[in-house]
Amino acid sequence: MAIASFVFYLLAAVLVACGALVITVRNPVHSVLFLVLAFFNAAGLFILLGAEFLAMILVIVYVGAVAVLFLFVVMMLDINFLDMRRGAQRYAGIGGAVGLVLLVEILLVVGAWQLDPALAGTGAAPTPAAAEMHNTRALGNLIYTDYVYLFQGAGLVLLVAMMGAIVLTLREREGVKRQKIADQIARRPEDEVKVVKVSNRAGI
Amino acid sequence: MADLFQGVWWSGYALPALTVVVYIFAITVPLLVAVAYLTYAERKVIGWMQLRKGPNVVGPMGLFQPFADGLKLFLKETVIPSGANRVLFIIAPVLTFILAMIAWAVIPFDEGWVLADINVGVLYLFAVSSLGVYGIIIAGWASNSKYAFLGALRSAAQMVSYEVSIGFVLVSVLLCVGSLNLSHIVTAQQTIWFAIPLLPMFVIFIISALAETNRAPFDLPEAEAELVSGYNVEYSAMAFALFFLGEYANMILMSGMTVVLFLGGWLPPLDIAPFNWIPGVVWFALKVAFVLFIFLWVRATFPRFRYDQLMRLGWKVFLPFSMAWVVLTAGVLIAFGWLPTPA
Repeated sequence: MAIASFVFYLLAAVLVACGALVITVRNPVHSVLFLVLAFFNAAGLFILLGAEFLAMILVIVYVGAVAVLFLFVVMMLDINFLDMRRGAQRYAGIGGAVGLVLLVEILLVVGAWQLDPALAGTGAAPTPAAAEMHNTRALGNLIYTDYVYLFQGAGLVLLVAMMGAIVLTLREREGVKRQKIADQIARRPEDEVKVVKVSNRAGI
Repeated sequence: MADLFQGVWWSGYALPALTVVVYIFAITVPLLVAVAYLTYAERKVIGWMQLRKGPNVVGPMGLFQPFADGLKLFLKETVIPSGANRVLFIIAPVLTFILAMIAWAVIPFDEGWVLADINVGVLYLFAVSSLGVYGIIIAGWASNSKYAFLGALRSAAQMVSYEVSIGFVLVSVLLCVGSLNLSHIVTAQQTIWFAIPLLPMFVIFIISALAETNRAPFDLPEAEAELVSGYNVEYSAMAFALFFLGEYANMILMSGMTVVLFLGGWLPPLDIAPFNWIPGVVWFALKVAFVLFIFLWVRATFPRFRYDQLMRLGWKVFLPFSMAWVVLTAGVLIAFGWLPTPA
């Protein structure tokens, strides 16, 4: 167990440090890379909890796709960091106040939250023991049975967001030549090639 | 001295750690030799296909050529461009190399011959292969060079696009197995290799693997005619060698994935006398070599795709088709009651 707690404190410390670095380093590309490292450590924490499915999904979705696209965009941005710093100092007071209010609210909610002891064990799905069911199957059983409507609803929300992004960026431009594969394949020699018998010195 | 090897720290921590280190060497050393001889095989095979001899001077039939190349790269000077971001410039090739190595932890070479027999093996492989893009994109940015940067952007877009269809191919295989464990996937192919019932998925997976490893005909990130050599143009000596090793190790890894998912892993083609005398690891290696030969064959045969064609193929052909095939597979499994029961 000593190793497990050592690994936990290592991952947690690196995670918190990366989180702090994400918002303090000057270079936005470094910022995204620290975010990636933070995701990794969070995945490590999931593995320590025995939630290996969530850990892998975190790496695949956030590190493998979302952060790559972040990095993609941030690398091409041309930001003047000094200007951003100046703005940050101006709004530091208000920002800090908002953050403080949120922190107090979270503390009030979480600190006072406890489950009614009479309700224990009445949940839709009591957590199965890790030995009898590994968590990929446990999650699948829950998501596709008891919570299927919520799951589908979340999918629809994402679909709407995706369509919104496409509608916002799609533009029809006149005079753009596009390759139409179907047209190319549909061409037949009979339509395109004509055999002409040309008599001498007459031309076509 | 004797009591050093007693107690819980030895049997509980030190001994398992040592065994794992030994296993890691037992996997990586043959892997690196395989990478070296893959470069040799590539030059030989393409040479024969183009009616040339390929490397034939260093050693008998040029067999020591890869080591001569490696030694040359080892002795060269590492140049770091003055405009480069030094730390990231060094991290990028190291990252590429490490990612190409760690994925092998879950590959089953034979029944029980696997370093980490984890329940989410397929997801682990998918996660590691989706991380490969970081080495390239960091290299492109840290080089502070336009060719490297353009190569990196191309590569990022390409790898993210083809991962999507690879994901759906994996899902259709998983539906037939009912487990994410790679050893279970292989044993599920006792009766028939998945390459036969899932033939279209097999083809899509091979093509996507070519795109995922930035190999011809999808080697736009390093299109030498346009981008000099793409993301690794500023690299020299061992930093370049690490990229190179990582790229070829990734090719072997994708071939290994193809073999595990579709070609029955360590299983012999027929479970009868002369075939099942041969140990499983030999079958695994033979199948990997076969898939690698397809990689090389394709490189010698096809011209490079244009970039918009590449994107079209990924998003407008493979993605809808593999999604439809997932639905079809699920439908067939449900309709005929073939859905694998949870183990």
